[in-house]
Amino acid sequence: MPAALVDRPELRKALDALTGRFADAVLGGAVEAGEISVRLRAEILAPALRFFRDELGFSALEDLIVCDEYQAPVEGGKRFSVIYRLYKFPGAVRARLAVAVGEGGSLPSAVPVYPSANWAEREAFDMFGIPFEGHPDLRRIYMADDFEGHPLRKDFPLAGRIGGL
Amino acid sequence: MAFREIDLNMGPQHPSTHGVLRLKLAVDNEVVLRVEPVLGYLHRGMEKLWESLTYTQVVPLTDRLDYLASLSNNLAYCLAVEKLAGIEVPKRAQYIRVVLAELQRLASHLAWTGFMANDIGAMSVLLYGFEAREDILDVFEEYCGARLTVHGIRIGGAVRDLDAPLIARIRTVLERIPKRLADIRALLDENRIWKERTVGIGRISAADAIDYGLTGPPLRASGVAWDMRRDIPYSSYGDFDFEVPLGANGDVYDRYLVRLEEICQSIRIVGQALDGLPDGDCAARVPRILRIPPGEAFHTIESPKGVLGFTIRSNGSDKPERVKMKSPSFINLQSLEHMCKGNLFSDVVGILGSLDIVLGEIDK
Amino acid sequence: MTPFVADVLIPVGKIVAVILYPMIMVVVMIWLERRVVALMQGRLGPNRVGFQGVLQPVADAVKLFFKEDIIQRQADRFLFNISPVLVMFSSLLAFCFIPLGEPLRFGTYTLTLWIAESPVGLLIVLGLSTISVFGVIFGGWASNSKYPLMGALRSVIQILSYEIPTGLTVLTVAFVARSMDLVEIVRRQESSGVWYGFLMPVSFVVFWISAVAETNRAPFDLPEAESELVAGYHTEYSGMKFAYFYMAEYAHMVLVSSLVVILFFGGWLPPFPGVTALRFLHAVPGFVWYLVKIMFFLYLYVWIRATFPRYRFDSLIRLVWKWLIPLSLANFLIVALVRYLL
Repeated sequence: MPAALVDRPELRKALDALTGRFADAVLGGAVEAGEISVRLRAEILAPALRFFRDELGFSALEDLIVCDEYQAPVEGGKRFSVIYRLYKFPGAVRARLAVAVGEGGSLPSAVPVYPSANWAEREAFDMFGIPFEGHPDLRRIYMADDFEGHPLRKDFPLAGRIGGL
Repeated sequence: MAFREIDLNMGPQHPSTHGVLRLKLAVDNEVVLRVEPVLGYLHRGMEKLWESLTYTQVVPLTDRLDYLASLSNNLAYCLAVEKLAGIEVPKRAQYIRVVLAELQRLASHLAWTGFMANDIGAMSVLLYGFEAREDILDVFEEYCGARLTVHGIRIGGAVRDLDAPLIARIRTVLERIPKRLADIRALLDENRIWKERTVGIGRISAADAIDYGLTGPPLRASGVAWDMRRDIPYSSYGDFDFEVPLGANGDVYDRYLVRLEEICQSIRIVGQALDGLPDGDCAARVPRILRIPPGEAFHTIESPKGVLGFTIRSNGSDKPERVKMKSPSFINLQSLEHMCKGNLFSDVVGILGSLDIVLGEIDK
Repeated sequence: MTPFVADVLIPVGKIVAVILYPMIMVVVMIWLERRVVALMQGRLGPNRVGFQGVLQPVADAVKLFFKEDIIQRQADRFLFNISPVLVMFSSLLAFCFIPLGEPLRFGTYTLTLWIAESPVGLLIVLGLSTISVFGVIFGGWASNSKYPLMGALRSVIQILSYEIPTGLTVLTVAFVARSMDLVEIVRRQESSGVWYGFLMPVSFVVFWISAVAETNRAPFDLPEAESELVAGYHTEYSGMKFAYFYMAEYAHMVLVSSLVVILFFGGWLPPFPGVTALRFLHAVPGFVWYLVKIMFFLYLYVWIRATFPRYRFDSLIRLVWKWLIPLSLANFLIVALVRYLL
């Protein structure tokens, strides 16, 4: 990996701007592996995304990853860790926002900020069962509409359930 | 009864949906009002499956994602694993990977040209494109025994070395492709019918394209110079001299031109890689059962369809904790409705073709 | 020559010939299309069934014959069944008026190579071939399904729009030949020494384009394009009924090629009549020349199909209304003016 990505002063400045704005809700942040990595509380997710897009210039959402950590939950028993990967173009800078959400909890939808999150959130809903408030059309995307269960959860069997498809 | 909005259904079995994709269209007379893709017909539960396999066992399964460009999938996954495990890939292996990846890009784009032309009606171009692609598939077969799901890039390097006869064969193949390309261009580029069906169709602006997360040739056709090989070089792409073709209007015709130009640039890159092939091993020594301490890595590459990425999270065992694939076709397909609004029904086929989607990648 | 032979046997024989002739041409066309398109695409095409694959159409016919004839529950049975018949019927009936060559003399008896000669033969042929529109619209409507309906509508609009330039260009020929009798038109080309295709090239080109559009062939084959509407108005047909649509399309192509040859390229006349060195060409019978010329235009049909992409429907309609109709109108006025002055 190019050395230039490893440490960049402007990333540090951006991180400081972020912690300055949302002081108590930022649970941890660092510049590591050439990207900004922050852990946030779910409440400030929407304003933080908007901050990243409008003020820090991260114009694209690259990926939305959900991890089921039910064996080692973070942040007081919350099972899912949702990671938003943002990309700044031009400039080739990456940012990683991690939010924890528990079972039965929900997250604000990123669609008003990044329209490309539309299907990614539907996939997260389908595979893990995390609802996103404010999503224009939250339905299952891969599984049949009447499917019960959320396949990518760790307690869902690999071979599927008899009776489900 | 007012003869207004008709609900039409294209697929899942349809000659031009490029796989099992269902499109629910609402059409007013001929003008498209709504397009809603319905996915999941090819969903195989890949991500769940990968959590129960070792890191090395996952590699052949990645072939089946974008099955028209399987080496790109292999490369993306292997690079992510190597980043996570801290494996250093020898220089020669990196060059071999570049050769394979660019040959795969050639194969994918030639197949795309054929499919696109066939959808619009020029049947002969389908066969010309596939004839050129046959040469490349024969090279893959000689290299590692498979034509389509190639699995030629493994964790640590490539499956075997490129010896002199194979290099000579690759060079011969590279010489034959420009002639076929010239035939195709003569038939289509300035053809009045082709231009009427592609110029100004399915337009998307640069700002909308970035908003919708579009990547790859459709994004570059809108004028956005985003190419992972340039922006965050991987596998020694920084050593090579090539141009990133851009379009101006973001319509179907520009996407066609961008991909044809990418074919020419890929030929250049392969030539440079073969010329400058350094000595060394073709792969690093990697234990068969790879155990990776806990961590997370995300790596992207520029596959023929767009930006392909893998996020891998490890937990210390020999199996990954979570593997998430960033699928370019999945994200590109979201913008289909935006591109199709206001166009005619016959254009939906052309616009869908120009996005170059592969259902294996979309449905995982 | 007994009256029975002259009045009954020979006309019946001609009718049989008139039905067989397009059918044989259809068989030839099926083989020609698949082989020629394949060779143009760098592959071989059917070459196993019979010598060079010439029995392939027979194999296709047998296959289609054995296919199950499915009619959906909600289809209108009568119209559904009658549409293929209408399309085939209109093409075949028009062949009664197509002359194949000069009459042959056998002693005192003259055998005419046509069933009927009419002073308005041209008009009748054009009128009869338009009856196929009914078959198309009935087929699309009776299928009671969205795709065939849309395909049928597009097809009908296309055929009706392209009738206009067809009629106008054919009128220019009628003007110059001072007759609408097909036999007369060929004889006038013989006596004037120059074929009308060279005298009025604009007429020929516009007629040819319109003819390709009328027969729903590439590049105007959107109504039945596979990648668009699955198969257009004949989506719901299977088995022998589908075979009828398929054969009727080829029969229509042969009819149109015959018209082109008769109106613009001298029918059964050998080329270069004035050149004495090529006098031996006259030894070849007229209908052989006619067949050779038709084969050229059928080959041209196939060649165009293998080469060009498909026109989108609105471009198709824009082409006829904005370009072909004004062009053919202007052409007609010029020809009429020139004919009046000379």
